Amino acid sequence: MRLSACNVSWSKGGVSILENVSLDVVPGEFLGIVGPNGSGKTSLMSLLAGLRRPKSGRILVDGQAIDRLSRREIAKRIALVEQQAETGERISARQAVELGRTPHLGALAPWSSKDDAIVDEALRNVDMERLAARLWHTLSGGERQRLHIARALAQQPQVLLLDEPTNHLDIGHQIGLLQLVRQQKLTAVAALHDLNHAAMFCDRIALMSGGRIVALGRPSDVLSGERIAAVFGIDVDVVHESGGRCHIRYRPPGSPVVEMPVLRRISS
Amino acid sequence: MIGFANSLSRTGASLLALFLLFAALWLGAAIGETAIPMDVVGRTIANRLWQAGYSLDPINEGVVWNYRLSRAVVAACCGSALALSGVVLQSLLRNPLADPYILGISAGASTGAVAVAILGFGAGLLTMPLGAFLGALLAFGLVSLLAMRAGRGHGAIILAGVAGSQLFNALTSLIVTKAANAEQSRAIMFWLLGNLSGVRWPDAWLAVPTAVIGLLVCLWHARALDAFTFGSEAAASLGVPVRRVYVVLIGASAMMTAAMVSIVGSIGFAGLVIPHAARMLVGIRHGVLLPASALIGAIFMIAADIVSRVIIPGQVLPIGVVTALVGAPAFAILLGRRGAAR
Ligand SMILES: Nc1ncnc2c1ncn2[C@@H]1O[C@H](COP(=O)(O)OP(=O)(O)OP(=O)(O)O)[C@@H](O)[C@H]1O
Ligand SMILES: [Mg+2]
Repeated sequence: MRLSACNVSWSKGGVSILENVSLDVVPGEFLGIVGPNGSGKTSLMSLLAGLRRPKSGRILVDGQAIDRLSRREIAKRIALVEQQAETGERISARQAVELGRTPHLGALAPWSSKDDAIVDEALRNVDMERLAARLWHTLSGGERQRLHIARALAQQPQVLLLDEPTNHLDIGHQIGLLQLVRQQKLTAVAALHDLNHAAMFCDRIALMSGGRIVALGRPSDVLSGERIAAVFGIDVDVVHESGGRCHIRYRPPGSPVVEMPVLRRISS
Repeated sequence: MIGFANSLSRTGASLLALFLLFAALWLGAAIGETAIPMDVVGRTIANRLWQAGYSLDPINEGVVWNYRLSRAVVAACCGSALALSGVVLQSLLRNPLADPYILGISAGASTGAVAVAILGFGAGLLTMPLGAFLGALLAFGLVSLLAMRAGRGHGAIILAGVAGSQLFNALTSLIVTKAANAEQSRAIMFWLLGNLSGVRWPDAWLAVPTAVIGLLVCLWHARALDAFTFGSEAAASLGVPVRRVYVVLIGASAMMTAAMVSIVGSIGFAGLVIPHAARMLVGIRHGVLLPASALIGAIFMIAADIVSRVIIPGQVLPIGVVTALVGAPAFAILLGRRGAAR
């Protein structure tokens, strides 16, 4: 399935938040969206998920305008893991994942053993089977985050939209999760804060700043030292690796510029 | 195999629920100032429904059929409708303190009903229940508007509800004092507290279909209500047409509340407390929670009606007083728990 944004703009309360954003998500790719706080990553995600209507421009699903599809049709194809979603209900971990089956079940369709199998699989995928019976409010932030992702997987979408999916996760689970997403046979779009994670796992990266996409392409093409300095205001050294990948080393503020040859030697 | 066991246990639970409901109705008809034996109740029902032709004391038969049974049936519908409205409002607004009484929907319905009954609003086009429905919608609209302006916090809608209730109760009092004669206003004030005294079979013709349709509409949206667990944005991304569900379900709550208010006045706390009791018993899945709440609501209201009739010999307490005596402390406990959970 092909998901794309054509010249999309969105504003709220007279303030322009996204301006002329165009993005074509290639089927099967893992696309990373990086950018500073408030640059519009979450807003773009919710437009891509069809939750908000762009002020101008269009979101297309397989070339068809997304607002021509019903909410349910969209939810069968696109799953979104929000940045923050909480509940005060006494819901169990497993029940939270079962919600992912909602778009596939009609009002009268009974829950089937197939649904159970899909939920089991999703729980296994995020390494949460052991805690399936636990109540939501007893779980840690990282465990909750993994359940949100399991719910999105249980939705069996073709495109997975993840808004800062590695939030609250320890480094092992961060890497594990990104690896997991890569391994799924789906198209994934993830807003990420860790540039190295983006560089390591994403096929392409969109760099956002001030509601615009300022660069889009392979990690090593997008993440140049000058761009990162301009957008994030920090000094970095970028080490290019084979296959369009790269590695970023953050420099302590005020430290002298390290010559690239030295770096090459360190990294090799 | 699992499916079979499931459907078997579901059938069992449904049968048990029906049995409990009928037992409560039966008791509602038997218990009162003069106790009437259970078998007389049974024979009266058989006589009236199937012309069984048992010979019974006509006074007893009349009391059971014309007064107590109609009353118990309406009480049951009223309890179900309020409990269902409570479940729906709590889930959609994601606020454990929401219910039609606290959000001012009941107060708006009272104002609408009184405006039609006394002021003759709508000049014959509007009946009292319709007036109540419009009043209920108006009140909810106003309260939501106020809550939106006050900010998105969980407390906002409750505070707005308090303000709305006060406003509509004041309007009702104003209409009653200004336009009604002394006898009318006494009757209306008594009705406003929640009262089943005047209830007869014709009232059941409004109450039963309203409660049944309300239950079916809510059940149809059970999965959608589940999807609201993580908020309306999450519900939307799970494929729920959020705005349509809001309109249909809040409309259904307003309809149920309005119908019951136009028959028995506004009864507080049932819609708030019963959903919580049901959640404790059967959990949070709306497919089970909705019917369980309806059942518990029905039984609770029949019991409250029995208590209101027998607690002070020779006098009938407004049923709203009984539900408030049970509900207000429960509300306080909920509030306390919420504070502690923060
Ligand atoms: N509903 C809204 N009303 C007003 N302003 C909004 C709204 N949603 C987002 N914004 C503003 O739009 C800008 C972009 O927000 P967005 O949440 O998309 O940023 P983000 O890139 O996801 O940031 P973060 O990294 O902090 O998650 C921010 O300045 C935010 O304050
Ligand atoms: Mg964000």
